[in-house]
Amino acid sequence: MNHLSLITKREYLNKVKNKSFIVMTFVSPIIMVAIFALVAYLTQLNNDKVRVISVLDQSGLFVDEFNDTDKTKYDILTGIELDDAKTIVKESENYGLLYIPKADSIDAIADKIKFYSQDSPSLMVMQNIEDRIEEKARNIKLKDSGLDPAVIDKLNIRINTNLETFEGESTSKLGSGLKLAFGGAAGYLLFMFIIIYGNMIMRSVIEEKTSRIIEIIISSVKPIQLLLGKIFGTSLAGITQFVIWVIIGGILMVGVSAVFGINMSESQMAQQEVLNQVSNNAEMQKEVATLMQEIFNLPLANLVIMFILFFIGGYLLYSSLYAAIGAAVDNETDTQQFMMPIIMPLILAIYVGFFTVIENPHGMVSQVFSYIPFTSPVVMLMRIPFGVPIWQQLVSVFILFGTFYVTVIFAAKIYRVGILMYGKKPTYKELYKWLKY
Amino acid sequence: MQNLLVAENIVKNYGKYRALNNVSIEVPKGSIFGLLGPNGAGKTTLIRIINQITMPDEGLVSLDGEKLQPKHIRDIGYLPEERGLYKSMKVGEQALYLAQLKGLTKAQAKERLKYWFDKFEIGGWWNKKIQELSKGMAQKIQFIVTVLHQPKLLIFDEPFSGFDPINANLIKDEILKLREEGATIIFATHRMESVEELCDNIALIHEANKILDGKLIDIKRQYKSNTFEVGLITDKKAEVTQNLKDNFKVTEATFKTINGELKFNIQIDENESANQLISHLTSKGELNHFVEVIPSVNDIFIQTVQNN
Repeated sequence: MNHLSLITKREYLNKVKNKSFIVMTFVSPIIMVAIFALVAYLTQLNNDKVRVISVLDQSGLFVDEFNDTDKTKYDILTGIELDDAKTIVKESENYGLLYIPKADSIDAIADKIKFYSQDSPSLMVMQNIEDRIEEKARNIKLKDSGLDPAVIDKLNIRINTNLETFEGESTSKLGSGLKLAFGGAAGYLLFMFIIIYGNMIMRSVIEEKTSRIIEIIISSVKPIQLLLGKIFGTSLAGITQFVIWVIIGGILMVGVSAVFGINMSESQMAQQEVLNQVSNNAEMQKEVATLMQEIFNLPLANLVIMFILFFIGGYLLYSSLYAAIGAAVDNETDTQQFMMPIIMPLILAIYVGFFTVIENPHGMVSQVFSYIPFTSPVVMLMRIPFGVPIWQQLVSVFILFGTFYVTVIFAAKIYRVGILMYGKKPTYKELYKWLKY
Repeated sequence: MQNLLVAENIVKNYGKYRALNNVSIEVPKGSIFGLLGPNGAGKTTLIRIINQITMPDEGLVSLDGEKLQPKHIRDIGYLPEERGLYKSMKVGEQALYLAQLKGLTKAQAKERLKYWFDKFEIGGWWNKKIQELSKGMAQKIQFIVTVLHQPKLLIFDEPFSGFDPINANLIKDEILKLREEGATIIFATHRMESVEELCDNIALIHEANKILDGKLIDIKRQYKSNTFEVGLITDKKAEVTQNLKDNFKVTEATFKTINGELKFNIQIDENESANQLISHLTSKGELNHFVEVIPSVNDIFIQTVQNN
């Protein structure tokens, strides 16, 4: 077996067999899902309580609007004054008291409507109440003006622009959001992966330095082999962890939705009840169908292939830098100073991705940053769903791998010298000198 | 005798600092070679060059008549001064891994490890983690890993530092055995007395320069000053002392005795023989101590540095 595969295998097994790795891999998705389940459960618990809202409608115009629902009951008070009503409601521990005074005009009434409660009422509840009153008030005003509300409703017209490309494919307005979601997820995933597993590589280099095994190893293998083996081994461990997360997460999510699923759809129905149904079902279905079409129309094959290429390229580029940092210092606390120049372009890439690419995926800034190798993996991945010519993608990949090649040579030089240097933390000037040793 | 390792005119700079300045050494096959010098003299740099960890700026190294190249890594076993092992890895796994890096197959490595583990009676450590072992125990593992692939050339950098006397002796015996089996050994140390008895050849390095090298025995001959340490029992101390001072170069000597002898270091001329001195001394009293003063490597080193 050659050295590189031996080292890769050791690094991989060492990571994977590590207790904290196993715990992280298997426990964190469970924790994630548990938190999700807990939140879902608590939200339900919160909603389960039936609110009783007392209504004192002295105008008598709105009483009919307050029909009980599953979660909210209305207690209509009649024939008492406001002060008495307040006392009664306070003592009864009802959710609150809605007071609608008597006045000459609807406008005058509207100005004086009040809601009394112990604590601030939830926004949802207030919205609900306001919607009911508004609709009724509007209808009353329409009638007063001699107009039939039914006629007015008929006169309303909804415009839903149908989007279509010149090639004749229907697209959806939601499509841009979808593209952004795909690109954003891919870019963000890469960003997280680089930071988490880059750090892992750095720590592993520092460990070899502090345990002083490094000189024994590099009397048998070339430093560059050790460097590459480390990067490959750790990446494979990272991918393993990732796949396990996806699988466990998927299984648990399905399981949890099965338990909470019915209840969740119930609460969704409740929400829909609250919101006035804007669009009719047929329209919704059409939209969903277009959306599905849109997903299939995304350059999926292109996206997947480029995701893999940029993922590998970006990860390799950054992890070689992480390894060089690990070699330059003696312990983790000394790494801060050198981390900055690595983190900065990554964060810049994320910002450019989430602000500039959304604004204009093919604008000048987006284009430039999708060629710069330190930002291209993130920015280009975000741009691809919006359609980037293949030649541009290839140029960017080419630049990325070219830069990786150059960077790894420099990183290996720093690595080669650094792993045998103990003592003080080097300055940038010294790192520069190491390149020439 | 053929040389296993030859380094010619090695120069190595770190920036402006010159770590090695035209250093050449020749290590004969089957010998124990002492690479001696104080801390920071350049020993470790030279060793790293031999191990191809760093490249020389100038000069040439050849092993067994061939220019040094990557394949030679398998012919060298190196125990560095700064040595350690993966702390959280099991002893057996780790030894197997390191052996495989040196080009052994897994089966070969297992077999040989079993031999050494039995020899050092540490078979029970196989599944222990390094962090559970003491420093001395870990060093045994390091030693085994260094010699496991049966290299032609063994390099030990400060081999005895950190070993307790029992283990140091154990290791010393093993090293001597390895030489008998045909291995060539380089010792690098700043504690010159520690390897004096082991080395056949030495090279002294001081401030990046080689200041002395050759067969240890020749060097000692070259540096011997025809001086003898003498203990003489006599009643007439003052008279005898005066007599000796008139005839020879005499200095006071200190060594432990039980009879209250006169103690001197006496240097004779090159054309005089020890016998002449002995007969002179026996005529003055009872001679009960007579030893030739052989310069220690340490003395030679100090003398050479001062002369330079």
